[in-house]
Amino acid sequence: MTLALPSAAAPVPKRQAMVAVGVLSVAAITLMGGMLSVWLRFRAAAPTRESSDGLYTIKDWLPKDITIPEVAANTMLVTFFALLLMAQWASYSAKRGHDSHRSLALLVTFGLGAAIVNAQIAVYSQMGIGVRDGAYQSMFYAITATMLILVVVGMAFTAVAWFRSVGGRRDDVEVVNAHALYWYVLTGIFVALWFVVYVQK
Amino acid sequence: MTTIETHAQATTASQRDAVPQLLVGIADWVSSSDHKKIGRLFVALSWLLALGTAVVAALIGIERITPSTALIDADAAPQLLAIFRFGLVYAVLAPTFVGIAIAVAPLQVGARSIAFPRLAQLGLWLWITGVATVIISILGNGGPAGGNSDMVDLYLLGLAVTAAGLIAAATSAVVTVLTARTAGMSLERAPLFSWSALAGGFAIIASLPVAIGTVAYIYVDHTYSRVAFGGNYAVNDHLGWSLTQPLTFVFVVMAVGALADMGPVVSGGRQPLRGGALAGIGLVTTAVLGAVTQSQHVLTWTGSAGDKIQSLITFAFFNLLPVLGVLVVLALGALGAKSGKIRPNAAFAVTFLGVSMILVGMLGNALLNVDGADLIGTVFEEGATVYVAYGTLLAGLGAMAFWGPKLWGRKIADKKVFGAGALVLLGTVLAAFPQYIAGFQGQPNGAVASFDYDGPISLWNGASVAGHALVILGLLAFVGAAIKDFRSGEHAGDDPWNGHTLEWATPSPAPIDNFSELASVASAEPVLDSKGVSA
Repeated sequence: MTLALPSAAAPVPKRQAMVAVGVLSVAAITLMGGMLSVWLRFRAAAPTRESSDGLYTIKDWLPKDITIPEVAANTMLVTFFALLLMAQWASYSAKRGHDSHRSLALLVTFGLGAAIVNAQIAVYSQMGIGVRDGAYQSMFYAITATMLILVVVGMAFTAVAWFRSVGGRRDDVEVVNAHALYWYVLTGIFVALWFVVYVQK
Repeated sequence: MTTIETHAQATTASQRDAVPQLLVGIADWVSSSDHKKIGRLFVALSWLLALGTAVVAALIGIERITPSTALIDADAAPQLLAIFRFGLVYAVLAPTFVGIAIAVAPLQVGARSIAFPRLAQLGLWLWITGVATVIISILGNGGPAGGNSDMVDLYLLGLAVTAAGLIAAATSAVVTVLTARTAGMSLERAPLFSWSALAGGFAIIASLPVAIGTVAYIYVDHTYSRVAFGGNYAVNDHLGWSLTQPLTFVFVVMAVGALADMGPVVSGGRQPLRGGALAGIGLVTTAVLGAVTQSQHVLTWTGSAGDKIQSLITFAFFNLLPVLGVLVVLALGALGAKSGKIRPNAAFAVTFLGVSMILVGMLGNALLNVDGADLIGTVFEEGATVYVAYGTLLAGLGAMAFWGPKLWGRKIADKKVFGAGALVLLGTVLAAFPQYIAGFQGQPNGAVASFDYDGPISLWNGASVAGHALVILGLLAFVGAAIKDFRSGEHAGDDPWNGHTLEWATPSPAPIDNFSELASVASAEPVLDSKGVSA
């Protein structure tokens, strides 16, 4: 310091991991929000036609031979909430220094993340559509695969938190909390995606 | 989680003997997690790419001088245009101030390092890899209207990687300003440039993922089905918004912040309406809303009174609010100049002129979106982008002349900064203003040959070529002066401008961990406090 400024002790960085995850969550929200907006725009712009009896107007968006497997989609939604409970359990345990609970909770969180990936693959399998089959199909794969990538990123984050946990980083509360925050944000995003893509279609 | 990294010496003495010094230096810069080096690499690479972009722009202009004669192969013209537009926005406009923020913001907030330095480093390399990928893809007949499908896919991938790099770098800067401020520095007391790094960084983080999401759709569709998004020639129908206004305004927030920061230093007093400056910078970030809606918000003065008011409100919200932000900052700068004892320097003058050029581009964009002006689809839009991009480049030259002494320990002579700045300013006006006029006369946007209108085509496009050439000359002159003076120029001293903020309280060049001793601050101008200047 070349000027006479009052000196200060090195400040403890203010929850940097939490803030970074919060900031990157904004990116994740706008990424998926933008994709959902494009989805809605294309759906709204899909051509309409009258039914053969002339009583209804049909929108040519979801091809009629495609059935959305709602059980698998709803399972994904429920799994997200179950995963949140586990992530919160990890956060709770980390705060109180319950190491074994924290490690177990992180492990289960990872497992539930894998279950979500499995459910998404089940959705693809049950729908039986090809990415080359048409506009709806390619857009469906694009938006759900992007969501899947975000889930895999979350699982990687959980794995890092778990390795740090079993590696003896007992004071690593912030990383576990930040990891929980990421899953909260991802659950919120999936709720929107579930409603728009799987419910409203 | 800690921000502080230990920086081991890159090599030992014996290694230095064995390995050529140049290679050691390059390896040190390439692998460094020192934010000052990462930021300077960002800026240096963006200036190198700016030279290339200006050369391409000049080639396009030469072709347009005689649109009836094709000097460039007709198939190559769309590729050149694609490189030009991508280069202006993602190689010049976006990275310049992201780099300056990475280099300067941690010093301003009194931090020993940037938050997540490896993330900033990752951002740099992702960005340059993405830019290189895009250029390679366009040269390989890819790009938004390319004929080679694989190269179009590569272009989309490169665009996403470029955006991801900028997001990563912006995240690092934003988290630094939010979490690594020294004791006593609340957000209200954060330096104005750091505030703009926070606001502009957030705007980047909020807007570019939307482009990545759109790329994901187009990539899947283009690779597999080509039904929803229309194949090679329709890429820009869906992604064109990411190469023009108002998204470009998102990248100028930090340029406006740099000017706001320099103003009080030049006027010698404290910023009397600091809240206004903070709000003005914030207003520029509203451009993000106009960008992510992915449509032009045109003022149509037809229909009922209600329709007119609705159109006016939408138009003003999306087109005029960012302009208002720049005007507020410029007005506060003028007020400061009036109230204080002025100590002008070339760095401030060049930044001021750069932001003025940005303002002309913003006003042009507002005019473009007035329905009766009939400017949409003309080169007027290209002129606005050139004003904004070259204006930001000019402001970046000023900012580097201002903060360069803190990064290198020496300063560039004022005459050289002003001379190079004047060349770039003249070049900007010559490159962009004729496009405004040609736009009124109906020269089509995105056309290089085979167009005609009732006006001196050769004059407007010839002037534009001369403008791009002057920008190249000015940039080369500045880089030459910087290389010479930052190596062997006048020693700057620790506080060459009689600055107000913390970066001027540490030695020049700043040590690797920025501060030998961290300071506690009690106002927004802690260095002025220490000099005994009254509030």
